[in-house]
Amino acid sequence: MNLTILYFAALRERIGLAREECVVPANVTTVAALKDWIVARGAPWSEAFSTVPRVRTAVNQSMAGPETSLPDRAEVAFFPPVTGG
Amino acid sequence: MVRIQREPFDVSAELERLRGGDPQVGAVACFIGVVRDLSEGDRVATISLEHYPGMTEKALEDIVAQARARWNIRDVLIIHRIGELHPTDPIVLVAVTSAHRGEAFEACEFVMDYLKTDAPFWKKEATPAGARWVDARAADDVARSRWDTKR
Repeated sequence: MNLTILYFAALRERIGLAREECVVPANVTTVAALKDWIVARGAPWSEAFSTVPRVRTAVNQSMAGPETSLPDRAEVAFFPPVTGG
Repeated sequence: MVRIQREPFDVSAELERLRGGDPQVGAVACFIGVVRDLSEGDRVATISLEHYPGMTEKALEDIVAQARARWNIRDVLIIHRIGELHPTDPIVLVAVTSAHRGEAFEACEFVMDYLKTDAPFWKKEATPAGARWVDARAADDVARSRWDTKR
């Protein structure tokens, strides 16, 4: 499955990457599974996800939970809690 | 209407445009958020605002739709700035028009409370102690959840 993965704010800085195109294994079907797959790649992802607390996720630009499923070619974003306004 | 921009906004021109000469409008409620110079006890020199292009607009449009479903209002305007800002700079404008003041006041506060927790913006502050990302505040979650039980 092909996914576009985006990182924002503190997470983007820690990973040193705003965006990556990934081909993930067929068993990566949910947000939680994708996060585990990303972290299993090691540094800088593992370090970033362990130091930035309460990471949120959006799938195709809507807020998502750990069980949200991932359609092929989805845009998945990871970011810290928002602080606008 | 929802707009994200680097430039400052002209409040009176924006309110004039929002009203659009609509004779049904009897009330205009407006909130302006401003950058402060103090955060967690440190002086703030500048803040930089990051957003998620595409999702931010979608999240704000969704908040406007929820406000419209809840209150009998005429129109809503949200302008949020991004990029580098300084203390005393206006950062966000929320304005609501309605026939009577009650709806406009409540909807304006609702939009702002939801924007704080649901719209993907992130602030980074430059202080004498170094640059740091602003932490989300629990008080903002409380402010949003008040609307779950209201009305």
